[in-house]
Amino acid sequence: MNPQFNTRKERLSLFQKLFPQRSEQTKTAADLSIVMCPSCNHPISQYDLNAQAHVCPGCRYHFPLGVQERLSTLVDPKSFKELYRSANSLKINTFPDYDRKLHKAQELTGLKEAVACGIAEIDGEKIALGIMDSRFIMGSMGQIVGEKITRLIEVATKKKLPLVILTASGGARMQEGVLSLFQMAKTSAALARFDEAGGFYITVLTHPTTGGVSASFAMLGDIILAEPKALIGFAGRRVIEKTINQQLPESFQTAEFLLERGFVDRIVDRTALRQTLGQLLKLHRRHA
Amino acid sequence: MSPQKAWDRVQAARQPNRPKAMDLIPYLIDHFIELSGDRHYGDDQALLGGLGSFEGQPITILAQSKGRDLQENMSRHFGMMHPEGYRKAMRLAKQAEKFKRPILCLVDTAGAYPGLGAEERGQAEAIAASLKLFATLKTPVITVVLSEGGSGGALALSVCDKLYMLENAIYSILSPEGFASILWKDESRAAEAAELMECTAQDLYAKKLIDGIIPEPAQGFASGIPDVVAQIKDLLRQDLNTLGSLKETVLLDRRYAKYRQIGARV
Ligand SMILES: [Zn+2]
Repeated sequence: MNPQFNTRKERLSLFQKLFPQRSEQTKTAADLSIVMCPSCNHPISQYDLNAQAHVCPGCRYHFPLGVQERLSTLVDPKSFKELYRSANSLKINTFPDYDRKLHKAQELTGLKEAVACGIAEIDGEKIALGIMDSRFIMGSMGQIVGEKITRLIEVATKKKLPLVILTASGGARMQEGVLSLFQMAKTSAALARFDEAGGFYITVLTHPTTGGVSASFAMLGDIILAEPKALIGFAGRRVIEKTINQQLPESFQTAEFLLERGFVDRIVDRTALRQTLGQLLKLHRRHA
Repeated sequence: MSPQKAWDRVQAARQPNRPKAMDLIPYLIDHFIELSGDRHYGDDQALLGGLGSFEGQPITILAQSKGRDLQENMSRHFGMMHPEGYRKAMRLAKQAEKFKRPILCLVDTAGAYPGLGAEERGQAEAIAASLKLFATLKTPVITVVLSEGGSGGALALSVCDKLYMLENAIYSILSPEGFASILWKDESRAAEAAELMECTAQDLYAKKLIDGIIPEPAQGFASGIPDVVAQIKDLLRQDLNTLGSLKETVLLDRRYAKYRQIGARV
């Protein structure tokens, strides 16, 4: 890219920061509705919440995000081109009540599955991007989630794009049994090839990242970021408490706990995530 | 295959007289030498690692190792590995790659150890790293599931070129009890859960997740293990022969394809 273009782009982004598109006049009724922070009970208007990347200004509690909300806080406007959008787990498994659960999750999230994948830009840097939604059956990984993630990794490998995945998952999806378990091997194998091809991979661990997702693609980033206080771990707290017969500390399996023990590179407040990712991506530009 | 109930197989898989790694290794491998430690933290006895020779050929063994009595099981955590166990396995796997010897993995675990120390030392990272390492390890890997293959803790040693299960072994995302307690909040419905889970060797074979089923003696293992040993040896001989003659890139492309094709396609 030529330097002039870069200067102009920087100026434009400065402009956009100084004059945000949402002005006082365009506040809607929904914007004015008040949300209580579940962590500190601080009242926040929906407008402020949107403007603050869904983080409580009082206690920095990070509200769970849907894919659209996440995109609006993270990527350059209108840059996200979704891939495999219609891929759907419906009717691939006869587990009792499973289709009803899927329908419900689809209605709730507007997604067909627990991950959205695509090509996007962050601060002008083109990336392959995966975003998981914890509200979709706990963000669990079934066959379609595993397949979409694997396809995304393969696209990133082929197009030599950096890969960014935001994880939010309770683990492998039990309704799809052992086939969902093996998605851990499938996604990890694709990442091994991406790695050998010199690909750059960032994971952002968000609340919660546990079980089979933490023990596969979530922990395989070249750089691993985490949102504050996110629950991150392999085994469930109750299972561990039952095994060792003692109560675990409150801080157990939080992002801070992992940072202290060396399993996370940085904890990044959501309002700074876009900037941090942009910097990291720029430092890993591939020389053509 | 006899039309047994899944729950019967789960119970068979948990019989204490089933052959364990330490029972099989002396029959499968000559001059076995145990190697210990992950070089970072400690030695996890839930993973028995080492090398020896199989019919004259050097081979590395990575075996999840249940004990034969309570005391052995306490020191081996019933075959449930800690991160240092996975890191020991990875160290020995890389060593095998360096010295161009194949690897035999024996899977025998209800799952990775769920504990405070295990989480503190990065259980998730250790399993993930293992899955990734074996995916591109430049030497043939053959895995046999002896009894239980439980969750990611078993999968970490199941990324291989040939994956087999004993006839009554099971492979599952979590135990039938755990499954029942999540699904119905009632552990006692484990038998019902086992049927739904499709976790038997026969189920996995039907789903093309494994390459073959190793028959067990009709009267159970009270009659001894020579039959099973002979069958594992036959498979090993055959596979080492074919896998060993493949070009490295072909071996790795096939291994990738083996895992790539699992599950529904977009
Ligand atoms: Zn708050």
